[in-house]
Amino acid sequence: MPTFDLSNTPLRDLNSALHRLSAGANDTAFEVVNPRGSHAVAVGIDSPVKVEIRGSVGYYCAGMNDGGTVTVHGSAGPGVAENMMSGTVVIEGDASQYAGATGQGGLLVIKGNAASRCGISMKGIDIVVSGSIGHMSAFMGQSGHLVVLGDAGDALGDSIYEAKLFVRGTVKSLGSDCIEKEMRPEHLEKLAELLEKAGIADARPEEFKRFGSARKLYNFNIDNADAY
Amino acid sequence: MCGIVGLFLKDKSLEPQLGTLLSDMLIVMTDRGPDSAGIAIYGGAAGGRAKVTIQSADPSVDFAGLADALKNEGVGATVVVKSTHAVLDIPADKIGNVRDALSRVRPSVRVMGSGESVEIYKETGLPKDVVARFDVRTMSGTHGIGHTRMATESAVTTLGAHPFSTGADQCLVHNGSLSNHNNLRRELVREGMTFETQNDSEVAAAYLTAEMAKGKDLGQALESALDDLDGFFTFVVGTKSGFGVVRDPIACKPAVMAETDQYVAFGSEYRALVNLPGIENARVWEPEPATVYFWDHEKAA
Repeated sequence: MPTFDLSNTPLRDLNSALHRLSAGANDTAFEVVNPRGSHAVAVGIDSPVKVEIRGSVGYYCAGMNDGGTVTVHGSAGPGVAENMMSGTVVIEGDASQYAGATGQGGLLVIKGNAASRCGISMKGIDIVVSGSIGHMSAFMGQSGHLVVLGDAGDALGDSIYEAKLFVRGTVKSLGSDCIEKEMRPEHLEKLAELLEKAGIADARPEEFKRFGSARKLYNFNIDNADAY
Repeated sequence: MCGIVGLFLKDKSLEPQLGTLLSDMLIVMTDRGPDSAGIAIYGGAAGGRAKVTIQSADPSVDFAGLADALKNEGVGATVVVKSTHAVLDIPADKIGNVRDALSRVRPSVRVMGSGESVEIYKETGLPKDVVARFDVRTMSGTHGIGHTRMATESAVTTLGAHPFSTGADQCLVHNGSLSNHNNLRRELVREGMTFETQNDSEVAAAYLTAEMAKGKDLGQALESALDDLDGFFTFVVGTKSGFGVVRDPIACKPAVMAETDQYVAFGSEYRALVNLPGIENARVWEPEPATVYFWDHEKAA
């Protein structure tokens, strides 16, 4: 297993090695030590490689991930797993703002808390947060799922399209056009699947509430002028 | 984008290392802003004495014979020159006279800050050069703040560098941009505050000074700032014995804090904190939006 020590190896060496991998490559497990808050660690992976990062990372870790499995044994700075296409990213600690922003697929698991704007403009990614999330999360979320075992901050799901939000704790406030919705059997089933994929055994789907779009802001309507 | 750092020591045994620790934190943040850099260090007060940090564009001329010139004005001062800055050590009761005296004997000299314990060093250029120029690494102290600037709201000059000091032993560093600073500056001028620049962050510093002059403590002044300042901000603020942090409600300017039994530390990014002693076991968290954090040596004692 190749190990990259970022205290004495340029970040570009790591990322180039990850980018050189093709399907069927022999080195399918990488370890990164001493990340010391570095930016852009393990971005642009496009093969089913496993990367274990021992420590905390800075901006944009695992951005654009397409098929890799990246685990951060620490906390992540802003924009972790931004625009993920597929694969899995696991943060053992906390994540800063806009975790999983614009993600189009894959699974992002945050075992601590996520700060503001988690899942902003999500487009198909699934995000599971064991702790709580900050304000303006899932802003303009288009599709995918955001599951929160703790609480959600202000303006959850503001201007949301068709992303589905599940919160077990309290929601400080809902954003424009975001409403609580009925939890139907297919939602409970999906939620159970997501919790299992995220390796969470101590939460039952029935404990969550579902939130989503009231679909009043899709097109301009003069009666809604106050809400824009 | 700017980079800001702060370090508030709880463990006195770290005090001799304050300058080195803070310098390293700031240098790591260099790529957040290359325009200018500055550091304020609270070095502990000597009873009955005050310090005034001054700056000159022509230090070899302005600082020559300055002690004698001030003595003729009735202000007995020792002058320690560090590059473009000098620190005047004066009797505390002369603090009111020294600005007038300076304006008579050295009109081109600018006052960076004054108080019982604060010294402020700031210049255009990179953090590593600013730190070396003023020999910040050798400085000891109880707490300090630093800033590296990517200018947006006003010119890249020495006076436009942070920290801004608008009151005795008070200073502020800012990452962000204020949108109501012109109006607020007009109101503060009416209340008697004076301004050296067109910089938005100076307005924030003066606002806090004005609020504290009304009897508020640092924490209360920061609470008021959340109501009265509009725009983006992460502030780190120092007073003689205190250290505060506040972010605006949108909180898009980054912030990370760490606390151990030995210190409270602030960085724009976690990278700034990785060299601190015991960081691996520190409590590390992102300060909440619109939430005031502050620590005070005197209140803790």
